[in-house]
Formats: sequence, C-alpha cells, structure tokens
Amino acid sequence: MIKLKVPISEEEIRKLKVGDEVLLNGIIVTARDQAHKLMYEEKPDFIRPYLKESVIYHCGPVVRKNPDGSWSFVSAGPTTSIREEPYEQDIICEYNVRGIIGKGGMREKTLNALKKCGAVYFHAVGGAGALIANAVKKVHTVFKLEEFGSPEAFWVIEVEDLPLIVTMDAHGNSLHEKVLKSSEEKLKKLINI
Amino acid sequence: MELKDAFVELLRRASTDLPPDVENALKAAYEREDEGTPAKAVLRTILQNVELARKNSVPMCQDTGSLIFYIDMPEGEKENFYMSIIKEAAEEATKRQYLRPNAVNPITGKNSGNNVGKNAPYFHISRWEKDEIRVRLLLKGGGSENVGTQYKLPYAPLGAGRDLEGIRRVILDAVYKAQGLGCAPGTLGVGIGGGRATSYILSKEQFFRKIGQRHPEKTLAEFEEKLKNELNELDIGPMGFGGKTTVLDVFVDWQHRHPATFYVAVSYNCWAFRRKTMIIKNGEVTYYD
Repeated sequence: MIKLKVPISEEEIRKLKVGDEVLLNGIIVTARDQAHKLMYEEKPDFIRPYLKESVIYHCGPVVRKNPDGSWSFVSAGPTTSIREEPYEQDIICEYNVRGIIGKGGMREKTLNALKKCGAVYFHAVGGAGALIANAVKKVHTVFKLEEFGSPEAFWVIEVEDLPLIVTMDAHGNSLHEKVLKSSEEKLKKLINI
Repeated sequence: MELKDAFVELLRRASTDLPPDVENALKAAYEREDEGTPAKAVLRTILQNVELARKNSVPMCQDTGSLIFYIDMPEGEKENFYMSIIKEAAEEATKRQYLRPNAVNPITGKNSGNNVGKNAPYFHISRWEKDEIRVRLLLKGGGSENVGTQYKLPYAPLGAGRDLEGIRRVILDAVYKAQGLGCAPGTLGVGIGGGRATSYILSKEQFFRKIGQRHPEKTLAEFEEKLKNELNELDIGPMGFGGKTTVLDVFVDWQHRHPATFYVAVSYNCWAFRRKTMIIKNGEVTYYD
C-alpha cells in the first residue's frame, strides 16, 4: 500500500504504475457530468485552488445536512468515468490535476493527458458507497448545489486512507486496455470469428 | 404501521440490505479468485461494504437507482391510491437518505430532488386472482442500465442468426462490450422475442429470480448454465480488472415475436442487485428478499 497526501507532486505521481494500491489522504473535489461540462466550457476560477495538485473524484454522493448546517457523506462510490472522456484531457492540464478517481477507466485522450501533464487514473470499487463514505472525514464546502442538484455539485471533501487502485498511469499504461484486448481474443474464440 | 411507512421500509431494505442469494454468490466468487489479485481485493471490498451498509442502514451504493415497482393487486383495489402513497414514501425515503434524488428533467436538467416526477417512480400494475397485494421493487442502477442493449437478429457482424446460437453470440458480445462498466460481476436478464419495448420489459422481469434459479424449460435452463460459464471465461472479472467471475448469473426468457422481427434485449444488473418484495394481506405487511 502506498500512502499519498494532497498536494501531490508531479514526481510522486509519475512513480506510480498500473496495479499499485494506494491510500489517498487530503482535500479532493467531486465532479461529474455537469461540473465537467462547466469546467471544460467556462474554465471557472472558483474551483482552481482546490484542484491544483489534487484529485477529481467522479462521484454523485448521497449527502446528509446536519442540524448545524454542515454536510456529511452517507454513501459515495464512484460513477462511470467514460462519460467525461470528451472533457477530461483539457481539465487535467488546465487545472493541474494529479489524479482522477472513478470507475470503468477512460480512453486514449485521457491516457495521453495523464502522460503529458503528470497524472494517474485511480479506480475505486464501484458500488462500495457505504465503505467509501466512511473515508470521507469532512465536507469543506460545496459549489453549484442549487443549480446542479446534490449528485452533480462540486463537493470539496477531506478523505482519510481512501483505498484505490491505479489502473491508468502516467507512462501510457492502462489495465482497461489490456483487459479489453484479452477479452476480445477470448470472445473471438468463443464465437469463432 | 402506516402504509406509507411500510413502503419507506421497503425502500430502505432494498437500498441497504443486499439479498442473501446475491451476497452468497459474491462470497463464492471471492473464494474462487486467486490471492493477491485486484479481483480478490475488489470482492473483499464489496463484501465489507455490503456488511457495513446493512449494519449502518445506509445505501450500499450511492446510486440508489431508478425506482421500478411491479404491483399485483386484486380487482377492486385502487391503483391511484397505492401509486400516490408510494410517491410520498419515495419522497420520505429520499429525505432520510435511503435514496439519492435520481429524477432529472431531461429538458431543463433540473433534479426534482425527491425521486418523484414524470414516470418516476415507474409502475407496472397488473390484476390477479389472489386476495393479497404483492409489491415488488427493483432499484436499478444507472451505470449498469447504460450497458444494457438490444440486438435485432440476424446480426451480421457476429454471424448471429435467428436461433439459440445467434442469441448466444449477441449475449457474449453484450458482456464483452460492457467490460467492467456495469459494475461487474453483474447479473443478466435477457428478453427474447416480443417488440422493441416488451423485450426490454421481459428482460427486467427476470431480475426477480434468485441467483441459481434456472428456467423451467430444460433447453433454456441448460442454455443459461452454459452461457454463464462461457461469460466467465471472458476474464473481464470484478470491475473489469480481469478475473474468474464476470457474471453471477444469466436469466433468459422468451415470448412470441412477430414473424418479421427478432429482438434480444439484454439488461445488466450491477453486483448491487437490489430487489425486495412486500405482501399486504388483511392489513398485515410481510417483506421478502
């Protein structure tokens, strides 16, 4: 297990390789479809300080508002990352992001940006919402809650020992591409084409 | 207990308490994987998560799905009465964080905030002869819904004709295309025949079968078993990391088709296969997995 703490340097991130198990600590930001569209099209500055050398988490959480007005995460597993493929390459380089957390992996364009700008793709266990919410120790703030609704808002959260697996690294390797290729060969054999 | 509270409880159970047949299948999958592999680590995390969600009564997955209700009721019962109480229950369950607000207006982009909206929840209502009301609930995750697909046979790219072999080919293709994106290991519901809409409806109804429950017709029972084993040879594995378990099970059913059409609809359910049943009889409520 490798412990990582935000802010993460480019040197640290380039040391990681596909298959590494990581425990992530520090302040990260959730963003999914609407947030990505906004970052891609308008490049807003309000989120810039939270993303610099930090990590974007593809997640639409179940949240609770506490009596004192603060927020807690109740269930918070990853959402499918591939929907952000059109946007992510620009966002990684524009905001100096060091990592993307999600599920299902991403494709060529994102893989190139990971290499070019120094970042990795971390895979969280899809559906493990209750377990991951336990690693979210504090909700610092939230942006665009009214406009986007709670699943789509930017939640700025502090995580402690969030368990992740590197499935795309900064050297052009992708576990997803490997499994795709090997399963394609097996499929061809099974249906004899 | 008020009827509304009984429905809130049904929603709570579905969201937080994975049915034992599914959990056992995941445990068996965990035992099968080799030590030190990402597949084993994923299944360990999933099982810990299932336990934690049940213990703390919180959603096992933050995507608490689309709410699909299948209600069977005797003649004389009023549909609207039950639908409106269920809508109130959905709103209450959202307030209590058993559900995430998952109803979005596709034109304005606005989330209704309470899981209630146009066709949300969705109701399939039928009448039956029994003097009890059966309410079956499926919480269907969106990520796995996105990898569901429908084929029209013949399908040339796979050499799939209008027979069981053709059906086999497109199902293998659907799971290959899904990779880990549907939160593998998943469970498949397959609807063969019917029209565009009804083949999907039939595929979803299969999700009320228990893991391991084979089709009553011998040919299809054998087909399901064979297909499950072949799909697991694809080595896509838990979360698409590679591994021995890509699907937990395959449920197939058929209906008559128009001579000109031949549809095969494949619905994919994520590992968090959430279904619960509630029976209302003489004012008493009982829950089943």
